Amino acid sequence: MGMTVVEKILARAAGTPAVKALQIVEPSVDLAMSHENGALVINQFHSIYEGTHREPKIWNPDNIAIIFDHRVPAESPKTATNHKLIRAFVAQHGIAKFHDIRGDRGGICHQILPEYGYVRPGMVVVGTDSHTTSHGALGAFAFGIGATEMATVWALGVALNIEVPPTIKVVVNGHFNQHVGAKDLILHLIGKVSAQGANFRVLEFHGEAIRSMSTSGRLVLANMSVEAGATGGIVPADDETERYLRDEAGYQGPIDRVTPDPDAIYERVIELDVSNLVPQIACPHTVDNVKDIDAVTGTAIQQIVIGSCTNGRLDDLAVAAKILKGKKVAESTRMLVFPASTKIYSQALEAGYIADFMNAGAVVMNPGCGPCLGIHQGALGDAEVALATTNRNFKGRMGNPKAEVYLCSPAVAAASAITGVITDPRQGGF
Amino acid sequence: MGTVVMKLGRDISTDDIYPGRFMATVLPTETPQFCFFNRTEFNTRLQAKTIPPGSVVVADENFGCGSSREQAASTIKGNALVIVAKSIARIFLQNAINLGLNLIICPTIDAEEGDELDIQADAVINVRTGQRFPTLPLPPERQAIIDAGGLIAYTRKRILESAP
Repeated sequence: MGMTVVEKILARAAGTPAVKALQIVEPSVDLAMSHENGALVINQFHSIYEGTHREPKIWNPDNIAIIFDHRVPAESPKTATNHKLIRAFVAQHGIAKFHDIRGDRGGICHQILPEYGYVRPGMVVVGTDSHTTSHGALGAFAFGIGATEMATVWALGVALNIEVPPTIKVVVNGHFNQHVGAKDLILHLIGKVSAQGANFRVLEFHGEAIRSMSTSGRLVLANMSVEAGATGGIVPADDETERYLRDEAGYQGPIDRVTPDPDAIYERVIELDVSNLVPQIACPHTVDNVKDIDAVTGTAIQQIVIGSCTNGRLDDLAVAAKILKGKKVAESTRMLVFPASTKIYSQALEAGYIADFMNAGAVVMNPGCGPCLGIHQGALGDAEVALATTNRNFKGRMGNPKAEVYLCSPAVAAASAITGVITDPRQGGF
Repeated sequence: MGTVVMKLGRDISTDDIYPGRFMATVLPTETPQFCFFNRTEFNTRLQAKTIPPGSVVVADENFGCGSSREQAASTIKGNALVIVAKSIARIFLQNAINLGLNLIICPTIDAEEGDELDIQADAVINVRTGQRFPTLPLPPERQAIIDAGGLIAYTRKRILESAP
C-alpha cells in the first residue's frame, strides 16, 4: 500500500517498513529545536531525573538547536536570566547548534534552521514552537511540541506516542498575478478550510504553482499550515529544495528526496488555481477570517509590521523596498521592519533595501520575533489597528486585547504604509 | 460534579488562555496567576480564590489553538479547572496529557454558565437539563501518560527501565 511523504518519513524514523494513518509510533528525532522556552525544557529535563540517581544526559547534543529570538535583546531581567541559564546549559552539555544574541549569526529560529542547512528532506524535526511546521518546506516532517515533551526528546531521542497524521493533498495550479503570492495562497486556503480544518492532519503541497515557487515562498505555506490546525505542512523535495540547500544554505552532504508513492492514500484532495487569486487579508480576530482585499481597503492603519518567521526573508523585503523606494510612510502610521535573520539584514543592507526603508520613514529593527506575539517591541495602543505580514491576529496577539490585527503579504503592507490605509498594491501604480 | 463558571466560543487560542507577555514566566508553580489574564473579571475571581477547584470551563471547537506554550496547560492545571470542549487543538491536547491534565472532549456538549455538570467515565450529564453528552476517549497510549501522572513520571520510568 502506498505511503504519503510523512508516512514514509515516520516509517523510516520508527524503524518499520510501513506505517498508516492513525497508527501510533515512536519516531527517532533528527533535530530538536527550542528558543527562550528552553528555560522550561531545562527545568522539565532535570525533573525527569529526580530520584533516579542518574546524571541528566542529553541523547545527542549535535541534534539539538537553541536559538534566541523571542525577546532579543532581553526586555526584562527575567528574560535575561532565562538566557543566562540556557547559555550555561548549552556550554555544560556541548549543544552545537546554538545561536545567541549576535549580529553575525542570529535570527528567528525558523529562519536559522533552513539558512544553516540544519533541516533536510526526510528528517523528523520537532520544536517547542507551533510554527516549527515551517520546515516542511524542505521536505521534512516538522511539528510543534510542548516543553515537557521536548524534555523527553532530549532524554530519549524519540518522540513518544506520535499518531501518524492523515494527509490532505493540496494541489495548487496556475500562475500568480503580480503582487499576489505565497502569503495570499495560504491565507486563502486557511479561510477555505477554517482554523481547525486540518487539525491532526498534514497538508502535502503539490501542483505547478508549488513546483515553480521558491523555498522562501514554500516556507510561508508550511509555516502557516498550523493556522489551519495542521500538525505539519510539507512540500516534497525537488530540484528547488536541492538548489536552496546547496546554493543558499551551503549544505554539502547527501540529500534524500522523499516523495509520495503514486498510490499513496490521502484523506482528501483540495484543488486550487491561483490564476485569479487577489491579495488576501485575515481580519480580526481569527486567522481564518479571510477576505479578498476589496472588502477592507480603506481601513485606517496605525502600525505596519513587515517581518516574522512568515514574511521577513530577503524576497519579502525586496518586494516591500521596491514599493517604498522614493516614497514616504504616511504620517498617520508607523512602520516597523524586522529582517528574519542577521544574514538577511546584511543582504538587505547591501541591496539598498534598508536605506529605502529608512528614507521612507520605516524603523528597521534587529532580527527577532518583534511585535508578532506582543512580548517585546511594537505594542499597540487601545483601539489601534495593525497590518502585519506575521501569522496570527488573535485578540491581544500584539500585546493589547483592545487593538486589532490584520494579516497580509509584504506587498500589501508596503503599499498600505504609503497611504496609511489598507491598499491594494495592484492599484495606484505600485 | 462541577459548576460551569465560564462558557467560551470556538478557536480559543493559547494567547487567550495565557498571554504571550507572561511567557518569560515558565514554572508551573508561577503560571496560575496569569490564567485567562485578558479576561479581567474571570482572572480576578480566580486570583481571589472564589472559583472552587473542579469548576468547569465549557468551550466550543478548537480549544487551545495557536502557540505551543505549555504555560496554557499548566495555568489551567494550577487553577484546578476542568475543560469540557467540543474539540481540542493538537499541541494543547498533547501538552495537557503530558502535564496530566485531564481534558474532556465532548463533541455535543450543551451547557450554560451556572449549570452543574456530572462528569462520568464516558459522558457528561447536564444536571439542569438532564441531557447526556458522550465523551471521546483518548487512545490507550495517551491515556497511559495521564495514568502515569504525566510525561515526566512516564519518561522517568522509561529511563529507570533502561540500562544505565
